[in-house]
Amino acid sequence: MNVNEIRRQFPILDQEVNGHPLVYLDSAATSQKPLSVIQTLDEYYRGYNSNVHRGVHTLGTRATDRYEGAREKVKNFINAPSTQEVIFMRGTTTAINTVAQGYGREKVSKGDEIVITHMEHHSNIIPWQQLAKATGATLKYVPLQEDGTLSLEDVRETVTKNTKIVSIMMVSNVLGTMNPIKEITQIAHENGAIMVVDGAQAAPHMKVDVQDLNCDFFAFSGHKMGGPTGIGVLYGKKDILNKMEPIEFGGEMIDFVGLQESTWKELPWKFEGGTPIIAGAIGLGAAIDFLEEVGLEEIEKHEHHLAAYAMDKMSQIEDMTIYGPADPQERAGLVTFNLADVHPHDLATVLDAEGIAIRAGHHCAQPLMKWLNVSSTARASFYLYNTEEDIDKLVAGLVKTKEYFSDVF
Amino acid sequence: MSFNNLDTLYRQVIMDHYKNPRNKGAIEDGSVTIDMNNPTCGDRIHLSLDVENGIVKQAKFDGEGCSISMASASMMTQAVKGQEVDTALKMSGIFSDMMLGKEYDDSIDLGDIEALQGVAKFPARIKCATLAWKAMEKGIDQNDS
Repeated sequence: MNVNEIRRQFPILDQEVNGHPLVYLDSAATSQKPLSVIQTLDEYYRGYNSNVHRGVHTLGTRATDRYEGAREKVKNFINAPSTQEVIFMRGTTTAINTVAQGYGREKVSKGDEIVITHMEHHSNIIPWQQLAKATGATLKYVPLQEDGTLSLEDVRETVTKNTKIVSIMMVSNVLGTMNPIKEITQIAHENGAIMVVDGAQAAPHMKVDVQDLNCDFFAFSGHKMGGPTGIGVLYGKKDILNKMEPIEFGGEMIDFVGLQESTWKELPWKFEGGTPIIAGAIGLGAAIDFLEEVGLEEIEKHEHHLAAYAMDKMSQIEDMTIYGPADPQERAGLVTFNLADVHPHDLATVLDAEGIAIRAGHHCAQPLMKWLNVSSTARASFYLYNTEEDIDKLVAGLVKTKEYFSDVF
Repeated sequence: MSFNNLDTLYRQVIMDHYKNPRNKGAIEDGSVTIDMNNPTCGDRIHLSLDVENGIVKQAKFDGEGCSISMASASMMTQAVKGQEVDTALKMSGIFSDMMLGKEYDDSIDLGDIEALQGVAKFPARIKCATLAWKAMEKGIDQNDS
């Protein structure tokens, strides 16, 4: 994998920020976009912008072909059995909410349980909180191990015969933990529950095979994997989706509309009410082409290497606390940390003055921050375009930050 | 160590308020308490005010956050303590103008608060600085109603 060649495909990286070359270490929040994605969006709007599934005219057919072609690419990308099981949505949040409302309101009732973990992103907590409140179900949390991993024993203890839904992130956006989804899915199924996977931090960085995982739902976002914002995917097993009611009603998703009654289109369109996210889906298709050309295995290997390199260099800084699994091979390409008593905001501002973009705050995981016993943390996250040099600059910036704050105090 | 542009943000007096916050704590029998947070970053403040006969007799805060948010809270309590409610609100307006980089009314002596002027050049940090002031405004509003 030639990182310099890859970097040339990301025009945004070639710029100065605050007088320094940009070092972008916030890809877990959103990734940068390769030229091919930007060009694909440009071609769509210049050449064949049109609504899909309704036109007799040529542009409409072209747009429909490309939109449905993108669905085929997603199907192959996650190894879904059928394009009927690939639904385009705004993002992971919308996808999880759709399951919570569309499946949950029907199947979950008082006395039932929904199981999540202490490391979840808010988008995989609040939809279930709301569902629990509406139905009288109990929301249960699998506790975390000291190093921020899950033990299957704890999962077995938390999931019971009353559990209807288990929903867990595949990769933690804070700890970098890679969860054993396949094994957890098996535990969920043994207890008669369905398994929902928040794949937002997994799909961009590693090969995902939904058939191998055997999960019932898998949700991810396009913008974290080189695609545009506003496009995401909900994969769901056909037999469950067929029995599930849509949560959005209107154009595009209907079959027959009468004055009092209507019927829905077949899968996947019954869940895509309104004019779909045409440009977004086509852009996501281009992002998938790009990632597959580089190779997901290569990307994963590169990010493991960067995580190991970063953890090694960063842990040499005095008063550095790094959260999550200590073994870099057991974690994804991000490092969340705190440096001495410098508040993460202050840290991020000083690094920004050096052209280095990192994330500071609670990373949409307030319950996890509470578990870590901190109010916020700083996070550097890597993608295929990051280099060892980026990390060297980060480490130099952190050393400078520490000196700076010891000077001004 | 030189980060010249940063020195306009992290002034000595700000770091002093951060490290040695004034009026830290809670008023036992305060007339009004306010909890406010900045949901995007997790900063939070618990402010208690003792307002009597239109005068802010006492102001104390507790909370957690970055140097800018905590220093601003410390300075704010110092500034409004002993002031008439109207003056305190006027100060908040002046502070808001200062943060937006607007010309501001300098007829009221803001003391240490002027050290926060540099925040205006760091748009991502303005919300940190204004949190305590928003809490104070809310507290006075609650007290009135």
